[in-house]
Amino acid sequence: MIHSLILPVVIPALIAPFIILAARYHIGIQRVFSVAGVLAMLAVALMLAVETSDGTVMLYQLGDWAAPFGIVLVGDRLSTMMVVLMAVLALFVLLYAIGSRWDERGRHFHVLFQFQLMGIAGAFLTGDLFNLFVFFEVLLIASYGLMIHAGGNARLRAGVQYVLFNLLGSTLFLFALGAIYAEAGTLNMADLAQRVQLIGAEETVGIRVAAVLLILVFAIKAAIVPLHFWLPSSYAEAPAPVAALFAIMTKVGAYAIIRVYTLIFPVDLDVTAGLHGTWLLPVALLSLAVGAVGVLAAKKLDRLVAFAVISSMGMVMVAVALFTAESIASALYYMVHSTLAAGALFLIVDLVRQSRGHLELRTDAPVAGAALIAGFFMVAAIAMTGLPPLSGFVGKLMVLNAAYDTGPDAWVWTTVLVASLIGVVGFARAGSVLFWKAQSDGAPVADPARIAPAPLSYVAVGGLLTMLIAHTVFAGRMYDYTTATAAQLFAPDDYIATVLQTPGKLSDGTVANKEEDQ
Amino acid sequence: MEFLVASAIGVLTAGGIYMMLRLRTFPVILGISLLTYAVNVFLFASGRLTIGAPPILGDATTYTDPLPQALVLTAIVISFGMTAVVVMIALGAYLGTDDDHVDDSDAPEEDAT
Repeated sequence: MIHSLILPVVIPALIAPFIILAARYHIGIQRVFSVAGVLAMLAVALMLAVETSDGTVMLYQLGDWAAPFGIVLVGDRLSTMMVVLMAVLALFVLLYAIGSRWDERGRHFHVLFQFQLMGIAGAFLTGDLFNLFVFFEVLLIASYGLMIHAGGNARLRAGVQYVLFNLLGSTLFLFALGAIYAEAGTLNMADLAQRVQLIGAEETVGIRVAAVLLILVFAIKAAIVPLHFWLPSSYAEAPAPVAALFAIMTKVGAYAIIRVYTLIFPVDLDVTAGLHGTWLLPVALLSLAVGAVGVLAAKKLDRLVAFAVISSMGMVMVAVALFTAESIASALYYMVHSTLAAGALFLIVDLVRQSRGHLELRTDAPVAGAALIAGFFMVAAIAMTGLPPLSGFVGKLMVLNAAYDTGPDAWVWTTVLVASLIGVVGFARAGSVLFWKAQSDGAPVADPARIAPAPLSYVAVGGLLTMLIAHTVFAGRMYDYTTATAAQLFAPDDYIATVLQTPGKLSDGTVANKEEDQ
Repeated sequence: MEFLVASAIGVLTAGGIYMMLRLRTFPVILGISLLTYAVNVFLFASGRLTIGAPPILGDATTYTDPLPQALVLTAIVISFGMTAVVVMIALGAYLGTDDDHVDDSDAPEEDAT
């Protein structure tokens, strides 16, 4: 058995208690262990990605119990790619949190950060729907703590809304799981994939309800309009490094949709026919549009970036909702890009806040050191809005190309292009008001109370932007990788066989009635 | 018994949703708690209702499904913890602003630092 697959969950699970027990009052030791943990995760994630890059499906049976009786972790190309993405984002976000001293403004930042990573990694790797729920809760409860890190009334209020919305989402998730278990008698994803196919045409009521409930839950996580209301205020009020880390959380929802609706409820399944094309695609286009309008309408920079996240999630979901191998490949490429761009933008928002003292989009006297921040903002804005030459443009091109010659291509092309235009106008307005017009607004003010951002903060933002540029330069190679990933998703037989036929305890047929179906 | 269980889930859910649509945090939290009770019973019923049968495979001809019971236990623990967290955060927000509405107020927001 390959034990390395569980390391992305185990490493933070060991480091977090160590920090809270042994290094409670020593921020220096906490930082060292936190960074070491994230570096170790990154190394393990890269190793897993290399191992699965040839199409191998890795399996880890917890306690050696065979699926579907035991819980399994499964690593395929998609899972390991998402874990690598998470580790890369987490590394730069952590460096920023240390450089900007955000981690000192409240207690237990590093502990919650590690638990958050544990939940996200587990959600990407698990092969069991109930286990997915548990890891969702792990990442959510850590995110509640991180969201209200450093306190403040506005943040607590936004925190209440965020927690209540997600509690509701968790309850819906449980309803969906109960319905699935009542219909299919299993919650193991590979086992479900086989059993859902066996459900007769007359008995699909329960499983249809479950499938719709499940996509609702994942849509809440992915902040798809009209279930996006939790996102703008919670991302805007959260501490900047936390908001940047949350950039990967919406992708957990997108990942779950891709996983469940390629493996368990594939497009050609009668039970869920029409769910993708009739329902998911229009709401995805709508969230693309609403996000773009929000970017244009925002009065503060942090809200603007939050709406840009909604818009880019809409973009990802448009590509996902087309549900062809090509569109999923472009969705995965765009997902990596959007995570890095959103993370960088939230960190830049914090740099702006540190130098100006507020985030309102009005002209202000120029501040020292704004040139570098303005440059960062321009690069990140170009990437986020999808202007050439950065990866946003490449990603949008891939999505448009994948949509070409499908049924709703006119809708997709029109919405994507118009929304991009509105987004460009919104970001251009914000950038010119914040950085450009400042020159005409009087002499620079030297404010001794305001501390310039630490060099490490710039390194973190620069690092994320460098990753974006690398994502653009190696776009061809990345696209080949995501194409192979999509191909693996659309041929799930290998996944199912690996999960269900690997021997373990109880796999010798001791429970006769469960073996019949296989 | 099916009728009793089904109507219990229905009444709890309806009450929970009604309370959740209120404007202040206290009824909303109560509503969410009611919903989690409803979902616990629902999960329990998802393994079919059987009376007086062992939850372990053995000589008995009928047995109850043990898995939903495990799922319910997990769900209870998680929802209990989550409710405790939301009560604490809501209390903090209420004591800080002297206002326990869950929606955004119309007043201009103060900048968080």
